[in-house]
Amino acid sequence: MSVLVFVDHTQGAFKKKSFETINYAAEIARTTGGNVTAVAIGSINAEELKQLGQYGAATVLHASDSKLDTFNAKAYAKIIAEAARQSGAKVIITAFDVAGKAVAPIVAAQLKAGLVSGAVSYPDTSNGFTVKKTVFSGKAFAFVKISSDIKVVSLVPNSFPVIKGEGSADVQPLSVSLSDADYGITVKEINKVSGGQVPLSEAELVVSGGRGLKGPENWGILEDLAGAFGATLACSRPVADAHWRPHHEHVGQTGGTIRPNLYVAVGISGAIQHLAGVNSSKTIVVINKDPEAPFFKAADYGVVGDAFEVVPRLTEAVKKFKESHN
Amino acid sequence: MKILVCVAQAPDTTSKISFTDNNTKFNEQGVTFIINPYDEWYSLVRALELKEAGIATEVHLITVGGAATEAVIRKALALGGDNAFRVNIESSDPYVIASQIAAFAKDKDYSLILAGKESIDYNNASVGALVAGLNDYNYIGFATQLNIEGSSAVVKREIEGGEETDTVALPAVISCQKGMAEARIPNMRGIMAARTKPLNVVEPVGADPLSEIVSYELPPAKTGVKLFNADQMDELVAALHNEAKVI
Repeated sequence: MSVLVFVDHTQGAFKKKSFETINYAAEIARTTGGNVTAVAIGSINAEELKQLGQYGAATVLHASDSKLDTFNAKAYAKIIAEAARQSGAKVIITAFDVAGKAVAPIVAAQLKAGLVSGAVSYPDTSNGFTVKKTVFSGKAFAFVKISSDIKVVSLVPNSFPVIKGEGSADVQPLSVSLSDADYGITVKEINKVSGGQVPLSEAELVVSGGRGLKGPENWGILEDLAGAFGATLACSRPVADAHWRPHHEHVGQTGGTIRPNLYVAVGISGAIQHLAGVNSSKTIVVINKDPEAPFFKAADYGVVGDAFEVVPRLTEAVKKFKESHN
Repeated sequence: MKILVCVAQAPDTTSKISFTDNNTKFNEQGVTFIINPYDEWYSLVRALELKEAGIATEVHLITVGGAATEAVIRKALALGGDNAFRVNIESSDPYVIASQIAAFAKDKDYSLILAGKESIDYNNASVGALVAGLNDYNYIGFATQLNIEGSSAVVKREIEGGEETDTVALPAVISCQKGMAEARIPNMRGIMAARTKPLNVVEPVGADPLSEIVSYELPPAKTGVKLFNADQMDELVAALHNEAKVI
């Protein structure tokens, strides 16, 4: 089956999750026989587009109109649907991120394609097309079988390691005629808040703090720990609600859902609503002075102790480890 | 202007999740169903606020499901809303569900269709955007603020590592999340009023399911936490490297 991947970018630069979705598409194309085409939208330079070949895209269709530099779900979805028609793709892949969650269903509606949102496995094509996804906020998985001719799958970022190979993609312009009504959204203001950190949704390592840290002035020890690991900071809901930390750091049911390789929870009791956002993490370390904290039941490693004593020691141990492994 | 709020029922967050019939059916026994929190706290309450501010004239609720979902819709009506519609079809396929809402809304002059950012059962985060796609409306996902200025909506939404404020031409579908409104609890007057509010049953339009859930699986049980004391941080780091292989 030929596969189309929508690759989102930030000011002309692709990120890991884009490479991951191309790898994923390439694996589907390899096992079912077909080509991989990527579709990219907005101003991106040719070199950046060509390097998508290293991850498995044979062709890149590029809709470069500068009117498309700001995200617009409806216009983007129409371009992706057109790219699917032109490339003959039977499977369309996006990341299950802010952009992908908006465009994948609209593309599916336009192409009357069945949709799996939040896939965590490769499709099983031995008997149709069945994909595993998380349900009940990480408490279970469902196997969803798509019966339509065209299929749309959005992949949870950080589900697979990224593999970089050789190759250069053939970049072709894609022109799609859109009407004024397709540009019904204008951006008034953009506020970026993260300073240099890997965004939480893509972070492989996350250090997170809760009420047990007692106040925003105590976040220094977590910043040090995150710095030692090279991790991104997160926090629990009470911490964000009390404005100790910015809202975009909030993970849990009402905040972000993340799937890092390592989640270190400091001073977080592990309420079910918090677990809903982080329980797909591959490894969970819990540091809490209360041995009865429910989070220990969901943890792989735990330290029962005072955060102010344990965290600086862990930071030192991580630094020591990094120095000896460089 | 009229607002249509999409409301789904979902198992209470603290429900124990299990399956029957050889892991092909969700076991509803002992499960309490609630209004999907994102539909209730954010979309519905924001719609009610817009009505109270004199901006919206009517707030309608729609759900797609069997008769068993009526209890939850009554609860939603107790918070407010002028009337409610239940499209009488049970399906787990987002396309079928969205097709019902899109067909219902098509010629009814709703300026805004609000949905929660996701349902806490299937976590697809897709019905709102599917409705937008089916009816060719504008779509904004993960909105944290919504106001009306003239014939447009001004919406603040989450983006990677920040926020963006957009002006959106109506009609539009907006998926709502935390920040949109303050959670409310229905009062006795609302609960009494909800008993007599119209809950109309709508027959479904034909829509072939494009996907189906063939089975479920529970994640492997955690084998138990491995505990370290504060003097064993080197050992913990070694375990993260050698066993967990995450650093």
